[in-house]
Amino acid sequence: MTVLEAAAPPLSRRRAGLGLVCVALGALLVLSVVVAIGLGAAVVPPGDTARYLWSAVTGGRIDAGEVTTYQIVWQIRTPRVLLAALVGAGLGAVGVAVQALVRNALADPFVLGVSSGASVGAVAVTVSGGLAAFGIYAVSAGAFLGALAASVLVFLVSASRGALAPLRLVLTGVALSFGFQALMSVLIYFGPDNEATSSVLYWTLGGFGAAQWGSLPVVAAVVALGLFVLLRQARSLDLLALGDESAASLGLDADRRRRLLLVLVSLVTGVLVAVSGAIAFVGLIVPHLVRMVVGATHRRVLAVAPLAGAVFMVWADLVARTLVAPRELPLGVITALVGVPVFLTLLRRKGYVFGGR
Amino acid sequence: MDLTLDGLTVVTDGRALVRELSLRVSSGQVVGLVGPNGSGKSTALRCVYRALRPTSGVVRVGADDLADLSARRGAQLVAALTQDGMVELDFTVEEVVALGRAPHLRGAQALGRRERELCARALEQLGIAHLARRGILGLSGGERQRVLVARALVQEPRILVLDEPTNHLDLRHQIELLSFLRGAGLTVLVVLHDLNLAAAACDRLAVLSEGRLVRSGTPAEVLTAELVEGVFGVRAEVVAHPLTGDPQLLYALTDTGKRPAPLPRSLTS
Repeated sequence: MTVLEAAAPPLSRRRAGLGLVCVALGALLVLSVVVAIGLGAAVVPPGDTARYLWSAVTGGRIDAGEVTTYQIVWQIRTPRVLLAALVGAGLGAVGVAVQALVRNALADPFVLGVSSGASVGAVAVTVSGGLAAFGIYAVSAGAFLGALAASVLVFLVSASRGALAPLRLVLTGVALSFGFQALMSVLIYFGPDNEATSSVLYWTLGGFGAAQWGSLPVVAAVVALGLFVLLRQARSLDLLALGDESAASLGLDADRRRRLLLVLVSLVTGVLVAVSGAIAFVGLIVPHLVRMVVGATHRRVLAVAPLAGAVFMVWADLVARTLVAPRELPLGVITALVGVPVFLTLLRRKGYVFGGR
Repeated sequence: MDLTLDGLTVVTDGRALVRELSLRVSSGQVVGLVGPNGSGKSTALRCVYRALRPTSGVVRVGADDLADLSARRGAQLVAALTQDGMVELDFTVEEVVALGRAPHLRGAQALGRRERELCARALEQLGIAHLARRGILGLSGGERQRVLVARALVQEPRILVLDEPTNHLDLRHQIELLSFLRGAGLTVLVVLHDLNLAAAACDRLAVLSEGRLVRSGTPAEVLTAELVEGVFGVRAEVVAHPLTGDPQLLYALTDTGKRPAPLPRSLTS
């Protein structure tokens, strides 16, 4: 026994690095948030930003001359930057889960047609003026319902022949996305005004311009719930990634677990899309980048991906609103500018394999 | 622990892949499942590791109906080496082997000290300890196969089923794997294509053709020239192995006999 104990190696070379990576990314996230809140049309030094935030949280006092700046920091920028961090964290984690669930390196949170469904919902509400009961959240509610409807439709169509095969799920999602886009075009074409067009642009490229304190708690709760469940299911995701046969032999009903987790990620994605539009590339790139650093095991990937996604999103949003200030670039433009080259570099890299050599 | 298939029938899309298959693997025995491509071997195995639910019939582990056990409990008793497609994620070898503990762990529970030792020992036993930190996607087919065997061992099952485990293995590793199975003390049901290897490695053989069991018994009882020609459509000479006495088939490429048309009545007992 003693020989064996001496021979038993630590289970992974990467374990030691995990805590370090998380702490470093966490610190970077806090720093990024403070810097991002300070920057914009009116630049606030990080020291002042931190002081304002501290006053707001603890109920401290602000000089009369600083009230305007304080309002900008606390009422406009803070919710926006926090929303960016939350959405980035959510998309990062959901991207990891979806890639394992459908066993596809190119899958992202929108693979089930969620983004185009949300766009249809948002445009439908904009054009028809429906869901008035939701007040200022009517369009978001429409987007959420559209996203859910799209996921349900994809589920039903791909599950019509029994088991929910991953590849069929992906192909159904892609096919139905085209359908939703056509539907959206029709809505715009026959829509009464330009409002629908700008609404579509907003939902397809994404952005945090509409961020408000009011919607943050819901988003935070949903993202937290999603992360909690996914972290608990990390080993199930490992098994699902091995394939359904192996998963079965290791005591996991792959089809059932996949359904449950897809419902969860659809809900989370629906909420994220409803508050920020369909921000491309984050949910696709972040999982790959994180795997390159901490390996493929989901317990580790899911610990790091939300932090990485949050940091990335905060900076992407900062660039989007400061690069050509006072105009704002659509967020999707920035994420694509970063995402496309990163992804292509990834594909060319030798040490990283997803889907064989 | 005994493994019993009782009247197992699997019908998919109106086609019977396995028909009324009854088979018993006694505790500690190694039983080989042989037969031509498409004869239902893999389908029968899939029912044992629960990737497939039989249309009718029962799989029993010990005295229990497998269908009455939870998926986790089933996987604590039965481990499998499957014919899965490609894994897409580049897990390290030790990560894959550690997943063998999955049926014994709850939620996000981490591996304990004993379980890590178990993994290390399995890596040693299969001669892949030096690969522990390598990514599985960079391994050769044979190395990957041994990783999967190690994973199955870590599962600490009572019954082990293997679907063509000698695929991708070179001669030495084929022999090592099969003699390892013989010495593992597990109840083993293994699908093999190489009849000579099967005759050498198995206590008993069961021959499937078109989803039916056409014969079962010791290798010497089962592997006759008549059966090999009837089931596989190959004319072969059966000789006794000069060292072990196991029946071994000799065949020539030029003399393949006729295709296995309908089975002779005498075989479909």
